[in-house]
Amino acid sequence: MLGRTANALFWMFRYLERVDNTARMIDAGLRMALTRDLVTSEDEWRSVIAAAGQRLDYEASNASYTGMQAWNFMLRDRANPGSVLAMFRLVRDNARQARNMVTSEVWEAVNDGWMQIRDQLAKPAGEQRIGEALAVIRHAGMLAHGAILGTMPRDEGFHFARSGTFIERSDNVARLLDIKYYLLLPSLSYVGSSLDSGQWDSILRAVSGDRAYRWLNRAQIDARGIVQFLVFDGRFPRSLTYCHTALRGHLDAIARIHGREGASHALMREAAQKLEETGLEGVFERGLHEFLLDFLTTNGRVGNAIANDYRFFA
Amino acid sequence: MTGGATFFDEMHEPAGAVRDAYRDYQGWLSEQDAAYLRRKSRDAETLFRRVGITFNVYGGQEAEERLIPFDMVPRIVTASEWRRLSRGIEQRVRALNAFLHDLYHRQEIIRAGRVPEALFRDNAAWLPNMVGFTPPGGIYTHVVGIDLVRTGPDEFFVLEDNARTPSGVSYMLENRETMMAMFPELFMRVGVESVSNYPRRLARSLAACAPAAATGKPEIAVLTPGLHNSAFFEHAFLAEQMGAELVEGSDLRVEGGRVAMRTTAGFKPIDVLYRRVDDDFLDPLTFNPASVLGVPGIMDVYRAGGITIANAPGTGIADDKAIYSFMPDIVEFYTGEKPLLPNVRTWRCADPESCRYVLDNLAELVVKEVHGSGGYGMLIGPAASRAELAAFRAKLEAHPENYIAQPTLALSTCPVFTGKGLAPRHVDLRPFVLVSPDAVEITPGGLTRVAMTKGSLVVNSSQGGGTKDTWVLKD
Repeated sequence: MLGRTANALFWMFRYLERVDNTARMIDAGLRMALTRDLVTSEDEWRSVIAAAGQRLDYEASNASYTGMQAWNFMLRDRANPGSVLAMFRLVRDNARQARNMVTSEVWEAVNDGWMQIRDQLAKPAGEQRIGEALAVIRHAGMLAHGAILGTMPRDEGFHFARSGTFIERSDNVARLLDIKYYLLLPSLSYVGSSLDSGQWDSILRAVSGDRAYRWLNRAQIDARGIVQFLVFDGRFPRSLTYCHTALRGHLDAIARIHGREGASHALMREAAQKLEETGLEGVFERGLHEFLLDFLTTNGRVGNAIANDYRFFA
Repeated sequence: MTGGATFFDEMHEPAGAVRDAYRDYQGWLSEQDAAYLRRKSRDAETLFRRVGITFNVYGGQEAEERLIPFDMVPRIVTASEWRRLSRGIEQRVRALNAFLHDLYHRQEIIRAGRVPEALFRDNAAWLPNMVGFTPPGGIYTHVVGIDLVRTGPDEFFVLEDNARTPSGVSYMLENRETMMAMFPELFMRVGVESVSNYPRRLARSLAACAPAAATGKPEIAVLTPGLHNSAFFEHAFLAEQMGAELVEGSDLRVEGGRVAMRTTAGFKPIDVLYRRVDDDFLDPLTFNPASVLGVPGIMDVYRAGGITIANAPGTGIADDKAIYSFMPDIVEFYTGEKPLLPNVRTWRCADPESCRYVLDNLAELVVKEVHGSGGYGMLIGPAASRAELAAFRAKLEAHPENYIAQPTLALSTCPVFTGKGLAPRHVDLRPFVLVSPDAVEITPGGLTRVAMTKGSLVVNSSQGGGTKDTWVLKD
């Protein structure tokens, strides 16, 4: 397939993952705001915006952090290139670029999702409508994932699309953890005096992991448990380990189709080995923040190597 | 337009009885209630939006995607009418190819004095680079759209030949898909010829024209100007349906005497390029040096037998409006037969006598720019105001050679669905023709364009026209 088309598929699913994660983080923030006092809620929205990497853009046009301002900024603000609206438009533009390589089901899921999200976000969402707006966004993502799993032939295109999903997912989870690391480092636990299991719950919610965590860990919630779960638990489909195993699997599949490996494969092997060797103790010894920065740097290098190995650009 | 009931309606006889072609359809229609049909009409729009059958419109901040209005009353042609049309279309398309070959080789038609040399020598669509070169398989126009109009039970005319890059075939296919999705029961009742083979036939007929350099199964790619082109949907649709790559100029380069595309596994040669960019943009080294839509050096590769370009560069000379008026002579010259499908009578304003006639009768005529398309820059005399006529007269007197004129045709009507029931609107028809070395294939159906405004004779989508599903009945 064309390098340009592979790039479009890869980014189509990266953006889709970002959209999904944005909706999830707003959802978690909303939950916090509803169960906490006003000050905590302001802090929460500040950290949600920061986790989305939109702090500078937000503060350029907003003096304070209120829920409605924050979520409308993240969902639809024209000044925000990372808004759900802007990103879903990119999902659709990339799908159009790759239109001859995706099934009608995938295309229609994306196109239909775009129309619904566009209508839903035509006006700012108030407290009464935010829940519905988030549901529409998350359903659009699930439909697209269902369509690709259920209808796409397992060719290069499929594997590039899925690679985009998993590299972006691990990136998002690592960023979220990094923003919240002070809540998770035992040695720094004094940082948040209001620290309680509600804060931890919110982190898990932001990755749709609250139920899975309770189920897999018998409801025992503590900082170490959460890091273990989000970084190392190969059963949870958003953990860094799970994402990297999946990414590696898709890159290996592409290598089999091409009959040779590229720089991206060597990098992935290295990354997997490092993750395994570090282990939970290692993460806390080195410092969670340093560990995550390292992880994100490796992810960036893998992304560039994929683009390079498969001629995404002229 | 004059309001008399002089138009031929394809569904109803003047007294109101339903014509044969529509009898089964009417049988179904009479059983449907109005509310159901109104709901279906709304469903159709949703279906089109979901599938993404849109065209891009520029202006404002962002390019906007619009739907071409779709009318759910089919345009129906009987099997025997279609057989007659097919014969005429095939004859015309064969003549077009023979004409192109002759023009770029021995020019016998000019030596015979049937077509004046000046007509193409000064024409921008004439490509001197094509002289003496024969495209692979000898085919110039792999895909042709012949625009037909009807004025009576047996009166069909060719209004225009589209020999360079005819568009609209995705509407033919998607209109049918939409109709089948909305009214499956209708297709169980009425036998309609299928159009869905078109993409397969297109792929086959392109493959049949593979160049000398092709080895193995020919690699086909569709060349699009990109996402922002008004017809991008159609380009992507055809690539998807053919299982071909959808390439842009930036994906391509000349390598080892071939035109190659940048794939994930390196540059891979293309055998047949179904290009949807104009000649002028095809090769910046040969034509417009500012073009980024094409491939530098592709013309050299083409002439050396390294790639097939469909349609061939330089075919535009055959569908130029100035050439149109010579088509009856052209058909006769190459086929030795009288044309089966007549032209619309045409006055060439370059000819002083004709020009005088046109100026004297401006209010009765349709005047078109020789090089225009899409319904722009044309005058419909009977619908024009006094001021418009005067302004057009001035343009015509200044540059008569830029214009041709035709009588205002009494275009047939076909009913469209309106909130208040059926109402007649003017239509034309563009059947799509595939040409390969061994066959001329005409898909039974085509694109029916319909003027959605009451009384309007302009069917172009750029001027607010809509489309209909076109049915050719089975015998």
